Amino acid sequence: MVVNCEEVWREISNYLDGGIEPDLRLAIEEHIRGCRHCAAVLDGTRNVVQLYGDERMLEVPLGFSLRLQRRLEEENMPRSRRGFLGWMVAAAAAVLVAGSFEAARSSVFSHPELRSEHAQPGAGVPPDMLVVVSTDGKTFHAAGCPFIHDKAHIQTIAAREAQRAGYAPCIRCMKQYLNAGCFALGPVDTESRCSPLEQLV
Amino acid sequence: MPGERTSLTDPAQQFNEEMLIRRIRDGEHDLFYELIRPYERRVYSAALAILRNEADAEDVAQEAVLKALKHIRQFRAESRFSTWLIQITVNEARMRIRRQHANRIEPIVDHQDEEGNYVPRDFADWHEIPSETLERKEVRQKLAEALASLGEKYREVFVLRDMQHLSIEETAKALGISSASVKTRLLRARLMLRDLLAPGLGGSWSSKLSFEKGTKPW
Repeated sequence: MVVNCEEVWREISNYLDGGIEPDLRLAIEEHIRGCRHCAAVLDGTRNVVQLYGDERMLEVPLGFSLRLQRRLEEENMPRSRRGFLGWMVAAAAAVLVAGSFEAARSSVFSHPELRSEHAQPGAGVPPDMLVVVSTDGKTFHAAGCPFIHDKAHIQTIAAREAQRAGYAPCIRCMKQYLNAGCFALGPVDTESRCSPLEQLV
Repeated sequence: MPGERTSLTDPAQQFNEEMLIRRIRDGEHDLFYELIRPYERRVYSAALAILRNEADAEDVAQEAVLKALKHIRQFRAESRFSTWLIQITVNEARMRIRRQHANRIEPIVDHQDEEGNYVPRDFADWHEIPSETLERKEVRQKLAEALASLGEKYREVFVLRDMQHLSIEETAKALGISSASVKTRLLRARLMLRDLLAPGLGGSWSSKLSFEKGTKPW
């Protein structure tokens, strides 16, 4: 098989991608050996594919990732809050029914020293449940809770470990594990502060 | 950086991706960034290839990611998540560019017939360019300028195929064109870029490239 320059140019992309028949490949290679122009076209095209295929060509503007993360967090927040509000309404009814039972259980449950002096220890938290904590936080959360502080430094650990490390249940997403309704409690720190339901709307 | 190259066929990554998608569908939306993080630069570059404007590209990249989150339940496992994400990005970018159409500068090579034969320019030998060349920001800039000067249909195909390493079929699917069209446009894009860059890459980067204003080779 013999090919001319135009046929080489037409097939050069397939040649580089390995998508041509062996006979045609041999014919192109034979042609290129004797054609300086086609050899230069092949070299140049190969360089183009290699240079643009380098990961360094996928540059993003400074701060792109951070801005994207923030946009996602903003998007997630209202949805989480809406979902959480619905859950709170149901949970509030359950707490009224189960409140006295939980309080009784809490009286015999011992806790390590809490990271927040104002937080309440949890009761009945399944020890193997995976929860999310942040390095500088004081409470543990369900994954996806919108009230996790310092999201850049969070980790997922078993609830037992979280409690051992002095984390208390988040009063929003872990309310079912709190000893009593926290709306009646005194001053609390920022992360464990109770919020009136209407603030979540 | 080269060390950060994401292997799109890594089974461990594939497994982790499937697990993340399941959890996100179950409501753990905070995990979505973790899912798209390996592809965020690809999303941006796909948007930039179409829009040729950094601000628009970033905006569209964000919109595409949010749209992917919103529609994550529609993702079907028969295609790769990255391909699906890029497809959304391409659609978002195309919609944006259609809206801007009245203000758009006509691509400088769109008048060419993609079916016609393209005659590569006869430059001197162009030997292998070491990848270290890309350490130089000016070189990356020249490459970006050359790419931006291609017509939209060539930029799209080239970016998805040669920069994002999608297959011919995935590129065709993402763009809604035939595999034959992908091949034709890819060939043309590669040859045009070669012609645009050969004088600079084959010679001295200290001299201005021929595709700069007023000296385009066509």
